[in-house]
Amino acid sequence: MATRGFFGRRTPPELADRIPPGQYLEEGFPVLSAGPTPHVRTEDWSFTLKVGPRPVKRWNWDEFNALPIGKMTRDIHCVTKWTKLNTAWEGVLVDDILADAGIEPPTGYTLAHAYDGYDTNVPTADLVGGKAMVALRYEGAPLTADHGGPARLLVPHLYFWKSAKWLNGLQFTERDEGGFWELRGYHMYGDPWKEQRFTGD
Amino acid sequence: MPLRRRLDWQAATVRRVETKTPTVKSFFLEPAEPFAYRAGQHVDVRLTAPDGYSTERSYSIASAPETAPLVELTVELLEGGEVSPFFHEVVEPGDTLEIRGPIGGHFVWRVAEGGPVLLVGGGSGVVPLMGMARHRAAQRADVPMLLFFSARHWDEVIFRDELLDLEARGDGFSLALALTREPARREADFGRRIDGAAAMAALARLPAPPRVAYVCGSNPFVEAATAALMEAGIPAPVIRTERYGG
Repeated sequence: MATRGFFGRRTPPELADRIPPGQYLEEGFPVLSAGPTPHVRTEDWSFTLKVGPRPVKRWNWDEFNALPIGKMTRDIHCVTKWTKLNTAWEGVLVDDILADAGIEPPTGYTLAHAYDGYDTNVPTADLVGGKAMVALRYEGAPLTADHGGPARLLVPHLYFWKSAKWLNGLQFTERDEGGFWELRGYHMYGDPWKEQRFTGD
Repeated sequence: MPLRRRLDWQAATVRRVETKTPTVKSFFLEPAEPFAYRAGQHVDVRLTAPDGYSTERSYSIASAPETAPLVELTVELLEGGEVSPFFHEVVEPGDTLEIRGPIGGHFVWRVAEGGPVLLVGGGSGVVPLMGMARHRAAQRADVPMLLFFSARHWDEVIFRDELLDLEARGDGFSLALALTREPARREADFGRRIDGAAAMAALARLPAPPRVAYVCGSNPFVEAATAALMEAGIPAPVIRTERYGG
């Protein structure tokens, strides 16, 4: 259905195939979150890997930073409609976290947990194989608190609510358990290219 | 409450357009398939050009749920924007827009959830909060509610006359304005940004600490306002935020 009088602004053709349906190109870096920004000091920070209720390994800030640090430059897509190209991150691949804990992916589903009580579910297959990292730096500088610092999950191929800010752990689960937004009407998987914004999309 | 059903796009007819401030207009839409909504929710709008190009935006609902089937979207004109200038310069009564909704299950409030309720808005961040204030009024509820609303100028206070009227009912709704570019005009208001001391002073107008606080505005506003609330003693888990802008 054409909208009377709407012509819109076109994405430059060379970038158009990088903008998923319904999204627009954003130059800034908007911030969205459900509550106040937690300010977690790195000396108080820790990251826990769990299988079900059972903790497998816990790292403090220094231990976590001693893991292999990788780089990832990706386009990111927020369900609130903005897409930002070429965002540059540094952090620890989920693969390297599992390797350091000495485990293979134990179940098909994962819940990411955050300091503010936020959680979100991601299939384990979307976290391994170099697809996702725990990001510690953005554009060459430590991740600021409003963008999820000290550490956030980065799963760039899914809508960005899956990339939980203020991350403090990953928990492998037997079933696909919905997280904070997934229990409030948002999609269980969230593929921006299929425009999976809400339940039923 | 999880949304179980699929949210389909549908046509909505623009029934009325109201100018709220020099840069803010309200658009009253009537969806072809009416839906119930909760105060604080939003809808997605999809605009399509003649060549098939389309883009989407999310807009908060300003109207009370009791106003359904009408859905009031209040849109601020952003210079250089792709969509808000279209709303302001093109859209008129009788037009049809594609929408889907309602969306959102966190930044919502119902009278039955009780209070006291603290609403903190910056600029057009007041829009979902207005839905909550209107819902309270439509239900003739006496839940204590304070709206702490920051705007640059008195003439940029969106819904100003209606808010003053709501306060004048004397049923437990109060309004505190924080004007950042001109002095306060009323004794209850502040001629500065929302800070910890202002939050403390404004909160004294609620009979008890808020059970829930909703903060909406640009990210810098929300960062500053939530810091002020926490300085005034409000615990983080009580505070819900909604941020917009880039």
